[in-house]
Amino acid sequence: MSKLPAPTGELRRRDFFGIAGAGLFVFFHPDPAEAQEPARLPTRQSGPADLNAYLRIGADGRVTCMSGKVELGQGVMTELAQVLAEELDVSFDSIDVVVGDTDLCPNDGGTYGSMTTPLLVPNVRRAGAEARAALLQLAAEKLGVPVERLQVKGGVIAETGKPAAMVTYAQLVDGKRIERRLANVPVKAAAGFRVIGKPQRRKDALEKVTGQAKYSGDMIFPGLLHAAILRPPAHGAKLKSADTSAAEKVAGAQVIRDSGMVAVLHERPDIARQALALVKAEFENPPEGPDDRTIFEHLRKTAPPARVIGAAGDLAEGERLAAGGVVESVYLNSYVAHAAMETHSATARFEDGQVTVWASTQAPFQVRSAVMSALDLPAGKVRIVSRYVGGGFGGKTEADQGVEAARLARIAGKPVQVVYNRQEEFFYDRFRPAAVMAIRAGVANGKIVLWDNQIVGAGDRDSVPSYDIPHRRTTSAGGWMGGNPPGMNPFGVGAWRAPSVNSIAFARESHIDALALKAGVDPLQFRLDNLTHPRVRRVLEAAAQQFGWKPARAPSGRGVGMACGIYSNSCNAAFAEVAVNRSTGSVEVKRLVMALDVGLVVNPDGMRQQAESCVMMGMGSALTEEVKFRNGEVLTRNFDAYPLARFSWLPKVEIALMDNPESASLGGGEAPMIVMGPVLANAIFDAVGARVLQMPMTPERVKASLAKG
Amino acid sequence: MERILSFRLNGRRTTLKVDDQRMLLWVLRSDLGLTGTKFGCGEALCGACTVIVGNQAVRSCVTPAGAVEGKQVLTIEGIGQNGLHAVQQAFVNHHAFQCGYCTPGMIVSAYALLLQTPHPTRDQIVRHMEDNLCRCGAHGRIVEAIQEAAAAEKGAAL
Repeated sequence: MSKLPAPTGELRRRDFFGIAGAGLFVFFHPDPAEAQEPARLPTRQSGPADLNAYLRIGADGRVTCMSGKVELGQGVMTELAQVLAEELDVSFDSIDVVVGDTDLCPNDGGTYGSMTTPLLVPNVRRAGAEARAALLQLAAEKLGVPVERLQVKGGVIAETGKPAAMVTYAQLVDGKRIERRLANVPVKAAAGFRVIGKPQRRKDALEKVTGQAKYSGDMIFPGLLHAAILRPPAHGAKLKSADTSAAEKVAGAQVIRDSGMVAVLHERPDIARQALALVKAEFENPPEGPDDRTIFEHLRKTAPPARVIGAAGDLAEGERLAAGGVVESVYLNSYVAHAAMETHSATARFEDGQVTVWASTQAPFQVRSAVMSALDLPAGKVRIVSRYVGGGFGGKTEADQGVEAARLARIAGKPVQVVYNRQEEFFYDRFRPAAVMAIRAGVANGKIVLWDNQIVGAGDRDSVPSYDIPHRRTTSAGGWMGGNPPGMNPFGVGAWRAPSVNSIAFARESHIDALALKAGVDPLQFRLDNLTHPRVRRVLEAAAQQFGWKPARAPSGRGVGMACGIYSNSCNAAFAEVAVNRSTGSVEVKRLVMALDVGLVVNPDGMRQQAESCVMMGMGSALTEEVKFRNGEVLTRNFDAYPLARFSWLPKVEIALMDNPESASLGGGEAPMIVMGPVLANAIFDAVGARVLQMPMTPERVKASLAKG
Repeated sequence: MERILSFRLNGRRTTLKVDDQRMLLWVLRSDLGLTGTKFGCGEALCGACTVIVGNQAVRSCVTPAGAVEGKQVLTIEGIGQNGLHAVQQAFVNHHAFQCGYCTPGMIVSAYALLLQTPHPTRDQIVRHMEDNLCRCGAHGRIVEAIQEAAAAEKGAAL
């Protein structure tokens, strides 16, 4: 069992990188564009610390890997340690991973968009290769042996065939300071992998099973005050007045009013909440707005002009060719919440004019900028630490609570903690947007000849179908990325696990099944007949084989269905078996088979965990999760009104990973999500003949679709 | 009402002055500094705050502190004080967590199940764990981990 790593909150940049600090460092040059931004320019006093280091090998022989990514549970610490162990030829256990600390880690982008594996991992591998090459050179000089005759195992360099002539990495760096820049030392070839591609025990396991893992709301300091902040009853409701006199009388309570914010601080979080409840606040009524039923019409009316995302051929020609028939449907999906188990939390502490904010966020450097701007502080005075985050799923990119905690800590002159309660979490969530997706498509002789898809609200990422369609057009208007006209969405929207695609694939793959039915072709055959994309075909065929797909005309009553797609170059296909209760409309998922092609898999068990995660989360978003609201008021306030998938929902899950030893690695934390809506929609149709056009496919909607026949 | 509260916490006698109507979760986390027990919903809907009082799993976010007077309270910090407990080891072995935030509540709930039902069936595990929410979707691995822990412990020495 590996030892518990030191809490990184206590680790100081000057101690870690300081001029006296011995060791081997591999840096990469900061982005020149970034260096031009004065606020981002680091202070010069700390020597090499003003560069960005990926890794350090210390005189104790331990390797430290640094990344501005955060551990959301996706396993980044384990993955980075794995690739470094591979490239450096050291043991997995000799590697410590420091993530999410803006003072210690390079700014390698936020933890979103499935970018860690394709973009960061190759650089960390190169850093490892660079360090290994540098150490081999030093060893060659020390041992008087040419590099070609040296070999490395477990951080020990020895002459091949003469194990007595050896030197360790630790000995080589002891008392020295060795700095390298990322160069073009080649990384290892797949054939020689010892660690990449093999399952590994998670780096965060011990801390997480013992309750020792510290999240942002677990930071406790002497004098810490907990903040409860007055919130409006609805988005758009402005504060008219707040009588805080009763709250001020609570023993130990301190009321702070600061440019629109009213907060009660207390050394006990629950008493701060009780005192806040005594504040008599009046808000202006928010303007009238849509509710969760009228939203779709509202989206169509308020959306910005549609943009053409992809087009080919001529739609009129497609219409003319569609001898086999045309199918037209409008698919909808409701707003869904991220609903991470950890609510947005932050603890802020000032020391010597510098503020450290422990904040649950997926983007510590983005939060640093937000705190710098809100408090008018330079970069050198703001440190964000976001080590363990209790789930993100896209919902913790922004971290307003970090700014709130920092503002309050400065005013109070004491450390301040802000932890959203569940109602605040739902209220301030930047939801997966509601969307309207109209598709008109036609077939002729088993081929898709027409595809006209108008997407409103969902966004446009990976929205063009990978099927071969001669006459097609995809347009998109508004979405999760922002830039929507004011009032289009009555509250914040943002990235939600596989943004755009988790909506669009629901519409597309549902419609493909409807077209297959129209064409009288088995849906697997229909897909293969219209798809030349080799990687999608491969996962579709692999999943079909694993599932044991047998053609039958839908609805066959068996409750089986399929879906496939691409997200950020990762391909996947899923098959499901469901049982639908005709009288209640409830859906039970019995079996879920998924095949994934994510390129070279660094950690197969880690990839499986992500796929299993998407299965459970995707069952919830496909079947039950829906944010209810009216006139800016978020009526969904806690889990009783927002059913997540639970233990009793567990289907039999089978995940097949395609073997791709020579490919680049792709992200896999989001891609498996995209098939969950449509695979269940198609299985529901096969079970009872009900084509449900709106996610979530609640019992009421299943029954309504059944009634329509 | 402010009073002197005495109970055994993770095997140790604990006495503190506290308003006995305050919820145990906040007393544990804030007054006593045991942050392993998590806040998730505040209304006994998610199980992140689960602790054991006597030999019963309770939601500490809705349990008044006064209710533990004279009782034994076990939190995640008290499980596996001398090396990992079988449930914790099984969670490690199966990677039965991702973000880890629901994990203390999951492990405490599983521990409470095995106290009362040393050899649970899969159905019993699912029913017992049903109201512990996990957003990362580690459910399958959690069930497998509890099965393994039950087999390892053979119902003894919990």
